[in-house]
Parts: sequence; structure tokens; C-alpha cells
Amino acid sequence: MPIIEVENLSREFQVMESAGRFRRRRKAVHAVRGIDFTVEPGEAVGYIGANGAGKSTTIKMLTGVLVPSSGRVTVCGFNPVPQRKALARKIGVVFGQRSQLWWDLPLQDSYPILGAMHRMSEADWRPRFRELADQMDLGEFLSTPVRQLSLGQRMRGEVAAALLHRPELVILDEPTIGLDMISKEKLRQFLDAERRENGTTLLLTTHDMSDIQRLCQRVLVVDDGVIAYDGPLTGLVEVAGAVRTMVVDLATPVHSAALFSLPDGAVHQSIEADGIRHSVSFDPRRLSAATVLAAISSAAEVADLSLHEPDIEHLVRQLYGSARR
Amino acid sequence: MASPRVTRDPHARVTNLVLLKLLVSARLRSQLAYRGSFLSDVAGQVLLGVTEFVELYAIVHNVSTFGGMTLAQTLVVFGLASVAFALGDLLMGETDSMSETIRSGKLEVLLVRPLPVLLQLATSDFQLRRVGRLLFGAAALVVALLLADIQWDPAKILLATITPLAGAAIFCALFLGAGAMQFWILDGRQFANAFTYGGRYVASMPGAALFFPIQIFFTFVIPATLVAYAPSLVILDLDGPAGIPAWTGWLGLPAAVVLSGLMLLLWRAAIKKYTGAGG
Repeated sequence: MPIIEVENLSREFQVMESAGRFRRRRKAVHAVRGIDFTVEPGEAVGYIGANGAGKSTTIKMLTGVLVPSSGRVTVCGFNPVPQRKALARKIGVVFGQRSQLWWDLPLQDSYPILGAMHRMSEADWRPRFRELADQMDLGEFLSTPVRQLSLGQRMRGEVAAALLHRPELVILDEPTIGLDMISKEKLRQFLDAERRENGTTLLLTTHDMSDIQRLCQRVLVVDDGVIAYDGPLTGLVEVAGAVRTMVVDLATPVHSAALFSLPDGAVHQSIEADGIRHSVSFDPRRLSAATVLAAISSAAEVADLSLHEPDIEHLVRQLYGSARR
Repeated sequence: MASPRVTRDPHARVTNLVLLKLLVSARLRSQLAYRGSFLSDVAGQVLLGVTEFVELYAIVHNVSTFGGMTLAQTLVVFGLASVAFALGDLLMGETDSMSETIRSGKLEVLLVRPLPVLLQLATSDFQLRRVGRLLFGAAALVVALLLADIQWDPAKILLATITPLAGAAIFCALFLGAGAMQFWILDGRQFANAFTYGGRYVASMPGAALFFPIQIFFTFVIPATLVAYAPSLVILDLDGPAGIPAWTGWLGLPAAVVLSGLMLLLWRAAIKKYTGAGG
């Protein structure tokens, strides 16, 4: 049985807009328009889309914060809004921007309270807490008040809080936003292990392509309130024709792009900084980054390089553009 | 580990009482985290009580009787009202800033936990500093009851016992209603304060000093005079003014029950409004 079932789900909001100097008119805004999808237990699904595409609205309807205008939602066998409290025991929610920890207390003090809220006895939550604290390296800042934690530390604490009651489904809204590379990676490793070992289902929204690549086998793209794509990430890249970009800084200036004998599938994009910085875009399905680098190094010494993934906003725009054409 | 023990037996079931204790103690420890501001808050609350009393004293001192009451009798009303308001504020004061809770998105965090939102709000703002006001009010009440030359009988003792509790319930209901209102009027904090703090102001003065229609309004619509003034009439063997006859002194508890019921319904409607049911 699917853990999330969404059928023809819609939500509209009434917004007041001014009409004339004093009068205001009601206007219906459709945030989500008839979406359908199901998620099976143990899946990891990335839910992506531009700002205002309907991601947050969908998440609110899944967690029981918002009633759908029409359509049907079932999460863990519950109808979210009427059965909100029963559902809350089965799911864990992480809002990237809002804390569920006790702000002025040491981090470790939040867990006994959360455990009790989920009616877990100490024998039940304590071992789980130790396991989470161990896997996410919470040890060194457990006695620090939450308000003094860095964002990365706090997010690890938030994720541990959401997972304390061993939820079947974890919904994460922008969990990596604002984190440094190391914190992001730690969080991803942990979530991936959690899913593999305990079969926890993950649904996350993100703007970070690497989150999706590292965690999700499946991507849902929402655009303007409708599902624009549902399938594996590789398929999304294929549909949208995403390219990666390699930016190299050379030891000595090269002023002509023709000096590099780039393989098929790689395109020289620009020269900056008097011939020092070159960017080359390439199709990751046909070429590896190593091949492109080898071609460049054969012409000039490479001092530094960076690789840029296609960003999600860009992918979604391309995808939607190609669907409309 | 410094974290609090849930129970002595690690396998014990988590009862409502255990959970409540944990929530309240977390709140209290949060406040003690800022020791300096906590102490100044307590002092501020006591000072506020003193100021209110001085205001009342100034009036009674100059007119000899205020709404037909002597200073000691006025102090009974003031003490009862202060205790009731302090208790109500202690339990439900957080709903005062409901619009901020909604705007900051904190309400969503509360909604995805397996506990009633109201319980989480009540415990999230268990403001110990408000105890300062409660202590001052209680002291004033005890002194007043001793000074006021009361002919005690069992009925009066009963009334003097239930009145602060019924009054607290009335203020809890007013705070709850004020919080619920802010779901519709997002900038409704000032408007809501008119009922809570305005109610306190009316409750702590002799009702006979009020204009007749105002007496009716604050007795039978918003039962502020039932918090302290009307029961004081019974305890002190006084006749009330036309709008607040002495028999209303026994209406505090029923009024608290009715008002709490109505405000709980309003609160449920407010949460439903937020989640968008039927709207």
C-alpha cells in the first residue's frame, strides 16, 4: 500500500486585491491544480519546483496543516487534517526555516520533551536518541543552548528531533538551505543511511541539485501548480538536456579557444580575465569531466578548476519550455 | 546527563501529568536562562500591581467612598480581580501574541505535533515572572479580607474560595477569545487587548462607579464585574447598583463555564479557519 496517495489534489486561496480606492475584490489564486502521485514505502522522492510553484502548499496538505480545496490525500493511511494528531505520530517534519527545538534550552533538553509528546517511555526514546546523536555527531554541542548553535549544528539537531519517534515518513522542506558543504554532506549521508537501514520514506523539497542526486531515486517537478515531471533524475536531465559547466583557470593566458581540441559534446563558452579563465560546457551523458579536463590540459597547464551542475530552477525552466513547445 | 528524568522507571507509560510537568519545567528553565531579565521582569510585574493599587487608593482617598465602597472594601475587589487576572494571564497569556505566532510560521510547527495546539501554547508561555503579579494580588486580597470587617459564614467562605478560580477561568476565556480573534484580524492584537486588559481594568474597580449601560454590558455580555465586584457585594453584605444586583455575585462560576465553552468553540473555529476547512 502506498504511504502517500494524492489524487486530483487542488488548493486555491482567496486573495483580496484592490479595485478602486476603497473597494477590494476577492480573487481566487490556484496554488495547486489537480495533482496526482503516489509514493511507496521506502522511496526517496525529491519534490522540486520554482518558488511559488506549489511545493509548500502540497507539503502543508500532506502534513495536515491545510485542507485541500478538492481532491483526496492519504498519508500513512490517514486523512491528514481530521486525523492530524494520529498522523503526527507517524511522520517527522523538518521545516528548514523554523525550529521545533526549545530555543533557550541546551539541545539535549528538547529530546525528552519530544519523546514524551510522542508518548515514548524513556526506555524507548533514550536508545534511539543515543543512536541519532552518535550518527549525526551531536555530542560536542548537546549541552549548548539551541540559540547559540550554528545553522549546520541546529539542522542536525532538528533532523534528530524529527526522527526521534521513528517516523515511517519524513518530510523535509529545504533541509540543506544555508548549510556549508560539510554539513550538507553529513545530513545527506545520514538521511540515506536512515532510509536504507530502517526503510524510512523520504520526501524533500530543495533547491540543491546535489541533494537530489545523492538522495533521491525519483523526482517530482511541480510547475505552476501541476506536476510537470515524475520519474528518475537521469530522465529529467535527458528531457531537459542539462549540461554541466567546467570553469578552469590556466597558469598562462590562452587567447584563442581554437587552441583547445575539445571533443564532440563539449562547447567552449567564454574567455575571461585576459585569457586566464575559460568556461566549457559539456553533455554529461556523452563525456566525463576527466575527458574534458584532459583535452584542456593538453594545450595549457590548468591551475584551478570548478564544476557547475545545472541548477534546478534552470532545469525546470528548460523542462517546462520544452513541454510547451 | 543533565537532562531531566522522565520517570524513575524507564519503562513507565508517559501520562498526561508527566508530559505537562516536562512542558512546564522546560518553559521555566528557558526563562531562567536569562536571569537578569527574569528578575527585572518579576520586579516590573510587582511594580505594575503597586501602581494599579496607588491609582485606586488615590481615587478612594479623595472621594471617601468609591461606588459606595470604603478603601478596604475597594481593596477586596482589587485583590480578587488581580488574583484572577494573574492566573488567567499565567495560563493563557501566550494567545495575546497569536498573530506573531501565525506570521512567523510557529503555528505550523505546533500543528505537526501530536498534541492539542492550545496545550502547547499554554505551556509555551508559562511566564514565571507573572507570578510576581499573582503574589502581589494575593497579598492585597488577604489584607483586604482582614481589614474589611466581614461577617463570615460558610456560604461566604465558599464564594471567596471559588471566586478567584472562576475569575481566572473568565480571564482565560477572554485571552482565548482574544487569541482566536487574531486568526481573522491579523493585526488584531490591540483590539484583542481591549477585552483582556480592558476587562481587567473594569474588574478591579467598584462596578457602581460605572455608567448604567456599561454596568449591564460588563456584567451580562463580558462578565468582568462578575470576576470580583459582584461576589464582593455578597461577601461584604452590600447592595449593588441597578445594573449589577447583589445576586449576580453567584453568577461568576456559571458565567466562567459558559464563556469558556463559547471561547473554546471560537478557538476551534479559528484553527479550522487556519487549516482552511469550509472556507
